Amino acid sequence: MSIIESGNVAAALGVKLCRANVIAAYPITPQTPLTEKLSELVESGEMNAEYIPVESEHSALGVCIAASSTGARAFTATSANGLLYMHEQLHWAAGARLPIVMCVANRGVGAPWTVWNDQQDSLSQRDTGWIQLYAADHQEIINTVIKAYYVAEQTSIPVMVCYDGYILSHTHMPFEVPDQEKVDAFLPPFRPNYALDPSMPANLNTVTLPEPRNNIRGELAHGYMELRYLLHEGMIRAIEVVGEAEQRFNEIFSVSGTAYMDMYKCDDATYIAVAMGSLSLHLRVVADILRDEGIKLGIIGIKLYRPFPCGIVADALKDRDGIIVMEKAISYGYVGPLYSDICSCLYTQGLDGPSPGFPYVHNYILGLGGRTIRTIDLMDAIRPICTGKRIKDQPGWIGLKI
Amino acid sequence: MQEQDIIEIRWHGRGGQGAITAAKIVARAAFESGYPGVVMIPTFGTERRGAPVITSLKIARHKIYDLSVIEEPDIVVVLDHLLLGEVDVGAGLRDGGLLVINTPFMPEAYTRDGIHVATADVNSIASQAGLPYGVVNTGIIGALARATAIFDTDMLSRVIREEFEGRRPHENVKAALLTFDNTRLGGGVWDPGNVDR
Repeated sequence: MSIIESGNVAAALGVKLCRANVIAAYPITPQTPLTEKLSELVESGEMNAEYIPVESEHSALGVCIAASSTGARAFTATSANGLLYMHEQLHWAAGARLPIVMCVANRGVGAPWTVWNDQQDSLSQRDTGWIQLYAADHQEIINTVIKAYYVAEQTSIPVMVCYDGYILSHTHMPFEVPDQEKVDAFLPPFRPNYALDPSMPANLNTVTLPEPRNNIRGELAHGYMELRYLLHEGMIRAIEVVGEAEQRFNEIFSVSGTAYMDMYKCDDATYIAVAMGSLSLHLRVVADILRDEGIKLGIIGIKLYRPFPCGIVADALKDRDGIIVMEKAISYGYVGPLYSDICSCLYTQGLDGPSPGFPYVHNYILGLGGRTIRTIDLMDAIRPICTGKRIKDQPGWIGLKI
Repeated sequence: MQEQDIIEIRWHGRGGQGAITAAKIVARAAFESGYPGVVMIPTFGTERRGAPVITSLKIARHKIYDLSVIEEPDIVVVLDHLLLGEVDVGAGLRDGGLLVINTPFMPEAYTRDGIHVATADVNSIASQAGLPYGVVNTGIIGALARATAIFDTDMLSRVIREEFEGRRPHENVKAALLTFDNTRLGGGVWDPGNVDR
């Protein structure tokens, strides 16, 4: 069934189709309509779930951690400072290996206050141990929420589904709502390996010593460092699981999505612009126009940001003349986070050092705090790079009025 | 994919007037009339009830990837003619473009070189249709339907009935149809082919 609705509603319908059992959330713009929609669905009985209103985002994720520990399928959503207020619980959810799914409607971070879009909020949470997926339109939002539960439950790692605040969260566009039967076939009920049970009381995630030692049953239990290694190893394995989820989803729903990257006109491209979220689709317009000028530009939209599919990204980029990484976030005092990752993955691709023909990699920061991104500005920024301009000091800024 | 194939309609209303709902209804009517590419992008500022608001509606035969705010509209729809004293509603309007205004005045009052103007006194018409005074968002769509040929009145009636299920659907449909019949066109029916892009 095709409907025209907002990105927040697309996310909410995805959560409903996944039959989430527990939803806990605290309102924050521009996420609020998502969880409002879920509260309506629960209230009307269309969705059989516990909706738990809480007094803060920290509590929202706390409730999800508790619910997930008992084997429930848990969901929350937030944006910007709300996500940052969860920070400590983000590490906790990942460390406890709980398959929670959270939507982040990406918004700039205060101070000063902004309600508008950029991706500084979720990108600054890169190292919390969560899988991060970025959706570029409403179809990807609803599909990614469904895939996210599969990936989370297969890997015992929580997943963030990120999409641009306002630009996607509040824009209305058509999308297909997947059939419930097919979603049920794709996503079987959650059967946790371990769940809290009142008849078998237990302590979870208590103080863990630097060295392995025997647990209460006399079995040798991991030390802290082993648990950290296992989380990292699980993240690396999640790259495969994300691919498997995509394949499974494509088969059941007869669609042809890609797991890691969305590639547009890359086959013969000498230059590639790379972005995440709605910008990656907007850049297609730029590629079409610049191709009319004779510039062979291709576009890559990164969908899986953590774990970073390094080998796959490097393979797609290494043999080009230049790469332009377009970002709505910055690591203050250095460069955009995606730019660092892409340079790093290109450099280490050959293991012994830079791969041969290491392409020029340019970084642009744009669209912070909702600054309008115009097609013409994108063209004017990308064209000089594709015709040989090279700069040493990265990043460049698009549309800066200073 | 051609950028030029996109019909861009910018809506000007006041917070609480229902411009977003109106644009959403037109999005659906266009989608179901053979335009698979529709996007409705509300602009959010720090508005409150009564303050000027904008939403951007883009319609095309193909998927639309540019979700930025409309700066050079083909059509501008104004839900309250008093906004003309507060906001430059015609900013960026293309030559050959169309201006649709809820106003008691005739199109001639707004004539500008190269711009088609359509007007309707939606406040009065919607009251006649049985809606509370000031509810104009369904009426104005009737004026838009009359001034363009993007969708017909059957489609419009159906989409309004569904959108307003349980909220005076009959009166809202009636407001749109009555306005359709009482829209004053400054020129002929607007044709996207006439716009200078």
